[in-house]
Amino acid sequence: MSFEITLSHQIGERAIALDVQSNARVLALVGPSGIGKTSVLHCISGLSQPASGRIVIAGRTLFDSAQGIDIAPQDRRAGVVFQDMRLFPHRKVAANLSYGAKLADGRPAAIAQSELLSLLDIADLQDRWPATLSGGEARRVAIARALLCAPDFLLLDEPSSSLDASRADVLAALIERIDLPILLVSHDEAQVARLAGHVVRLG
Amino acid sequence: MSSWLNATEWAIVALSLKVSLVAVFVTLPIAYGLAWVIARRRFPGRMVLDAAVHLPLVLPPVVTGWLLLVAFGRSGPVGAWLEATFGITLVFQWTGAALAAGVMALPLMVRAMRLSIEAVDRRLIGAARTLGASRWHAFRTITLPLSLPGIAAGAMLGFARSLGEFGATITFAANIAGETRTLPLAIYTGLQVPGSDLMVARLAVIAVILSLGALLLSEWLVRRSSGGRAHVL
Repeated sequence: MSFEITLSHQIGERAIALDVQSNARVLALVGPSGIGKTSVLHCISGLSQPASGRIVIAGRTLFDSAQGIDIAPQDRRAGVVFQDMRLFPHRKVAANLSYGAKLADGRPAAIAQSELLSLLDIADLQDRWPATLSGGEARRVAIARALLCAPDFLLLDEPSSSLDASRADVLAALIERIDLPILLVSHDEAQVARLAGHVVRLG
Repeated sequence: MSSWLNATEWAIVALSLKVSLVAVFVTLPIAYGLAWVIARRRFPGRMVLDAAVHLPLVLPPVVTGWLLLVAFGRSGPVGAWLEATFGITLVFQWTGAALAAGVMALPLMVRAMRLSIEAVDRRLIGAARTLGASRWHAFRTITLPLSLPGIAAGAMLGFARSLGEFGATITFAANIAGETRTLPLAIYTGLQVPGSDLMVARLAVIAVILSLGALLLSEWLVRRSSGGRAHVL
């Protein structure tokens, strides 16, 4: 089982409930904006704590309220690509890319850095400040940064937003190329249908 | 310039610089810690802590000096402990002047640093955590460098405030020539003595130069550290 996610989470007035068991390598979570897709990703990455539930990905229990398991975000080995990218503004692209790699304790990434950078066409951006990147460039750097921290699985939040059609194809090829469980969330069901083996509707 | 100021006046300037620099360097980590706690932590008593930090800003400096005297005087609880444990006496010493200056500078330093810490996007810290950073590593690599402009601004404000410190200093450390008579105290003393007009004027010019220098230096540091994106002035 790649994904075993049962959680209930409360954000202000909104209650989020999710119960997914899936063997698909690429799982998509779809639903309209504001339904809580990003909150689910935060629960999985450890940045938020669900009220209750159990999160097991690739055989590793990350959270289990019944057993009192709550692995710290830095130890979940999740490669997160945030919808708002969150590149570090005071570090050049190269230093953004190496941030997680340096903390990976020598674990190898699922894809070599040189191959990743050429696939995403960002090898020439290394010396740039994040503030000077276009939206699409920043998105591709964020994807590379998440992969280079040698994660066990990927969490992608609206991964194809601000990527043009040809870049979206590159993303699809990348998702195909790396052999990691991937959970992606999107409001655009048509977009993810061709990427994911299993689509779950939220809300 | 060495002929412009006499040896006594140079000694006053040197003492002022020593007192202010020590005050700022010792206060800096304390102020940053307080700023971080007030900016990032939510706990009962946070408002009280915030108010206590700001107290020296609104209290008459003489009252702050008197409170220091009560706490750090030779028979005060902290003062007696320091003397018994480390053999340190602060009252009527230049170190006491530095303590008074540091306490008076604290609220300004905390304020500048707190604003810069609050301006650090917490989502970046979340991103760092998912990339494998512990809380401490994320603090060192994200919060600390991104709040450098506030640290520089706080240090500059604290230094300028320390240079100008008068009320708490004269109350706690007294006005002892060569020991606690800093620039403002020397100017005040000169005003009481007929015929000291020129010395007062020269020291006043020095005070202006030092304060302006601190301001420009911090502006330069902030611009350099932020790659030209932030500034104090």
